[in-house]
Amino acid sequence: MNDLFSLVDWSRAQFALTAIYHWLFVPLTLGLGIIVSIMETIYYRTGDERWKTITKYWMTLFGVNFAIGVATGIILEFQFGTNWSNYSWFVGDIFGAPLAIEGIMAFFMEATFIAVMFFGWNKVSKRFHLASTWLTAIGASISALWILVANSWMQYPVGMKFDPETARNVMDDFWALVLSPVAVNKFFHAVSAGWVLGGVFVVGISAWYLLKNRESFLAKYSIRVGAWVGLIGTIVVAYTGDGSAYQVAEKQPMKLAAMEGVYHGKKGQELIAFGILNPAKEFNNNEKEFIFDIPIPKLLSILATREVDGFVPGINDIIDGGYADKNLKGEEIIALSAQEKMERGRLAIAALADFNTARQNNDTTAMNEAKARLDANYEYFGYGYIDSVEQLIPHVPFVFYSFHIMIILGGYFILFFILILILSYKEKLSRLKWMLWIAVLTIPLGYVCLESGWIVAEMGRQPWVIQDIMPTFAAISKIEVASVQTTFWMFAALFTVLLIAEVGIMLKQIKKGSEQK
Amino acid sequence: MEGNKSLEKSNILLRIGRFYIDGFRAMTLGKTLWVIILIKLFIMFFILRLFFFPNILQKNFDTDEERANAVIENLTNPQ
Repeated sequence: MNDLFSLVDWSRAQFALTAIYHWLFVPLTLGLGIIVSIMETIYYRTGDERWKTITKYWMTLFGVNFAIGVATGIILEFQFGTNWSNYSWFVGDIFGAPLAIEGIMAFFMEATFIAVMFFGWNKVSKRFHLASTWLTAIGASISALWILVANSWMQYPVGMKFDPETARNVMDDFWALVLSPVAVNKFFHAVSAGWVLGGVFVVGISAWYLLKNRESFLAKYSIRVGAWVGLIGTIVVAYTGDGSAYQVAEKQPMKLAAMEGVYHGKKGQELIAFGILNPAKEFNNNEKEFIFDIPIPKLLSILATREVDGFVPGINDIIDGGYADKNLKGEEIIALSAQEKMERGRLAIAALADFNTARQNNDTTAMNEAKARLDANYEYFGYGYIDSVEQLIPHVPFVFYSFHIMIILGGYFILFFILILILSYKEKLSRLKWMLWIAVLTIPLGYVCLESGWIVAEMGRQPWVIQDIMPTFAAISKIEVASVQTTFWMFAALFTVLLIAEVGIMLKQIKKGSEQK
Repeated sequence: MEGNKSLEKSNILLRIGRFYIDGFRAMTLGKTLWVIILIKLFIMFFILRLFFFPNILQKNFDTDEERANAVIENLTNPQ
């Protein structure tokens, strides 16, 4: 058992490492793509050559980030086949379709138009060049769409049927998958988060130029474009974040409880604006949840249920069950206890085993009977692998603090961009060195915020790799721990080298400024 | 008439080819970035993929039926 958990932990660590590194590059591509497109649009409309210089400067940094980051996500797909073979077989058809579309459509769209974007200055018409820049940015977002659709399905599995003969989930409703409310919210949330990072990046680097008394036109006007994109991005992030939280409350209540450190739910549940968790608190003791907290009365109920006195279950309620809830089909039910779900899960696993035995014996009657039992219990399939209810609780401090870091930084970004815009339009920004330094130092905070968001999404859904259907430890391949450890360190080295290359090349280009053109 | 069309088509292809060749030739920073991309892809596909990341089910079983049975076995006999 220890070996198995060690294997699971290393495989998870490897996947997390790869995803975290990949997510350093992707959002900047999404954000800078939009910002560069807006800058080129201004050039196209005004004909002012200085805007062409600005566009080409930021396009260079976009190119550096794109080149270093491109294909880093493919490593995640390698890991599916090696470390997560049960999972990749189990979901193959569902996961394969969005990823294949991503590869064929969006990647080629990006690859085609990005060439025009970089090689086409003075070779194609201004209008065609502008269209190519926009299509590159849109192509990057479409790439993200399909990955996020696949991820959303893991959080809220819909649009599929389980085939017990092949042990695969088969897609039976493509649009239910693509247009699931979880996917829609996640797509806009992730893409607009990229705009925020793009905004923070452009404002920060421009502020550095102002501190150095260089590139004053480029810096001044880049700050305005960056801050507007960042501000709009932050507002969209807040709106879609609210939508995501509502979806989490419905579909992944344990994740919400961990995000807010709620153990005992109630009607009119408060939201913790700031809190320090009590490390001694466990779900089965009577310790206080927080050492210190600043609650906002009833706000969590409003956000999670859209009702002032709506009931928000805590970790203990979800373990004990017995409260009014909805199932994944949206039907009103009384929530089952964790123990009841575990029993239903074991019935489902036993039914799959019986189905397989009956199939080998060509016993159609027994197959049909086992299939009926499997279908009736399939929504709790993953609970059959759970040995104790503690396994159903994610790491609360990790999820809670990541969530609050994300929220606090999100609020900070709104104030930051508003202040930057006011000072910029009042022509005071370049004189306020402290504010310019804040802008420079805000760049890493953008990355911290975005990574925190993914940690909430992925750590918060543990133990599930597919919500309620498959826990992480049932998804794993039976391979040597040492091989996963080896590749973990290889990835760590490879990605660190890539990151150093990115930062090094970026800094060189930033120091050169636009004169290089 | 058809000859003109195929000439036009080959002209377009030539122009596209020339566009890419000129673009690559004129690159400065882009050359460094392409070197990084190619090294990265080589490491990923020719080292990691080939030697460290086999598809376990593809490698260990010959048919989809065998793969399905292996996964069912894993899923129904959890350890």
